[in-house]
Amino acid sequence: MTRLAEYELQRGDGGTVLALSGPYLVSTVGAIDDDLRDMEEPLSRVDLSDVSEIDTVGAWLACSLASSHGAEITGASERAQRLLGALTGMDSEQELAAPRLPVWKRVPEAMGEKVFNARTGATGVVSFLGALLISAGTLIRHPRRFRMVALVHQVELVGVSALPIIGLMSFLIGIVIAQQGAVQLAQFGAETLTINLVGRITLRELGVLMTAIMVAGRSGSAFAAQLGTMKLTEEVDAMRTIGISPMEALVIPRILAAVLMMPLLGFYASCLAIIGGAVVGDLMLGIPFWTFLSRIQEVVPTYDVWVGLIKAPVFGLIVGLAGCYNGMQVKGNSEEVGRRTTLSVVAAIFAVIVLDAFFAVFFTELGWG
Amino acid sequence: MGEERDTATGPQRFRGDYPIVVEGLENRFGDHVVHQDLDLKVRRGEILGVVGGSGTGKSVLMRSIIGLQPPSAGDVQVFGKSIIDAEPDEAIGVRDRWGVLFQGGALFSTLTVGENVEVPLKQFYPDISDELRHEIARYKVLLSGLPEDAVNKFPSELSGGMKKRAGLARALALDPELLFLDEPTAGLDPIGAAAFDNLTRELKETLGLTVFLITHDLDTLHEICDRVAVLADKRVIAVDTVPKLMELDHPWIQEYFNGPRGRAALTAQALDELRKHMDMPVAAHAVKALDKPPAGKDKA
Repeated sequence: MTRLAEYELQRGDGGTVLALSGPYLVSTVGAIDDDLRDMEEPLSRVDLSDVSEIDTVGAWLACSLASSHGAEITGASERAQRLLGALTGMDSEQELAAPRLPVWKRVPEAMGEKVFNARTGATGVVSFLGALLISAGTLIRHPRRFRMVALVHQVELVGVSALPIIGLMSFLIGIVIAQQGAVQLAQFGAETLTINLVGRITLRELGVLMTAIMVAGRSGSAFAAQLGTMKLTEEVDAMRTIGISPMEALVIPRILAAVLMMPLLGFYASCLAIIGGAVVGDLMLGIPFWTFLSRIQEVVPTYDVWVGLIKAPVFGLIVGLAGCYNGMQVKGNSEEVGRRTTLSVVAAIFAVIVLDAFFAVFFTELGWG
Repeated sequence: MGEERDTATGPQRFRGDYPIVVEGLENRFGDHVVHQDLDLKVRRGEILGVVGGSGTGKSVLMRSIIGLQPPSAGDVQVFGKSIIDAEPDEAIGVRDRWGVLFQGGALFSTLTVGENVEVPLKQFYPDISDELRHEIARYKVLLSGLPEDAVNKFPSELSGGMKKRAGLARALALDPELLFLDEPTAGLDPIGAAAFDNLTRELKETLGLTVFLITHDLDTLHEICDRVAVLADKRVIAVDTVPKLMELDHPWIQEYFNGPRGRAALTAQALDELRKHMDMPVAAHAVKALDKPPAGKDKA
């Protein structure tokens, strides 16, 4: 028995006969398919009597050869006949890929879609905010409906379990600022100003900003992915039919947890950054650890702490909103969950940084520079 | 040269009697034992139905056989080769000879139906030309009973029944000898379910398939299964044809086949047979009379 799909042309009186031999299977026909396809000689018969094994792919090949040459198929085994019978009428010209427009149409279309999406996106965000405010209003009127357990659970996820990673990150950032700052300030002989640098920059800016970025990556993305998956599995719809408002049960506890936890995490991050700076001061600059900490009290104005604490809940709101809004927008397939999750993190970090710049100008104008 | 020939030739069709042999299978998750001392042999060319209450491990059994769930003990042989301690290369040699239809279809959501069918072809036979591969994908989709224009639709655009058919088209992509179906008719309307049953039987007959079919659908069992394996008490308690199973004196089997739904399915099948023999529609009142006792309770 041959182990390769082979073919032979037999020229005789009644026209050319294409004799196929060997196994005609999906695993073997790849080698000869092109040769058979390119054959230009007219055929009168396709002979299958030497074919040792055949599957639908082999039968398909014989079938399409016969029909393109107008030839008849002979010598088919019982199995081959069954397969050939099953395959008749199965021709199709349909494209496999999803229909796509030509490039010159596709690009403007994509741009137009972006514009329309931006419009619906903007109205979507506004209406989400509106729904959120309405739910918050109902919750204030009916405080019993407030989901304390859900809030506490989210507070644990957003706040408590973030402590180690945010602490470590801030500590290291404090070390880096103190060390790099000291190197530059030493050129003026002003190493002691490192304390001012570390204290003010972490309490005003970096502590809260880095925490917001961390919370966006840790919790904002989790909000989007959780809510998105719940949308896909119809859990959100099930809640609605039972009469539970997803806004009240899912969105408000999450956003509230982010708003409540951000000031605490931001302040905690600033503290650890200052401790990191104090460690560098002790080891590199000869400023004793406790002296560094007590100097902070003297050189950092109280309003720096307020600046950080005022910004933090706003950043928390943005991160929570971006996560929950994108999660609730998921529909269709699992790919959408991933896309929306990415979008929520990117949008949250971008908005946080833009707002931070705005706050910087705002507080300087207030005289809290 | 010799090696080259080997790669170019496909696996020989399995000639033994039992493509699937499960011996002493044990599956446990922590303390929870799902299977213990489970033995099962599937005959070549049959449709074997697998039934069992919820949680008796029908899907786990299927996952063990196709190598997705390494068992705690025992051996699974597919086409005479052990799946358990197979080298990765050997395992691949078996994987291109079976097709699996998962419960939800498990289609790749970013690809169209046709592209889904092409995935296994590209994976195992990269030497097939694009043109032939497209043709294969098209006729497999049609063979599975989908309309022509379903080829370039995404799975999210299909209904539940069409997803199952698309999943079947992908399972059939490599012309497998062995087909695993996990509850193919669950969630389909009765017409769709009956059509899927017919399709399964037709494909089995034309393509010479061996089918391992997990189902809850009593009509499917009566209509197309050659034998039925019953999973209970952590093992396969019986493998036989439906009429013989019904004679067995096991409480679960009795309840399953002789419960209201079981009797309804049996009556339906008997009516089908009757129609075939009489070669004409059964008189309406006769149908009514036959249908009433079992179906009455069911409807209530």
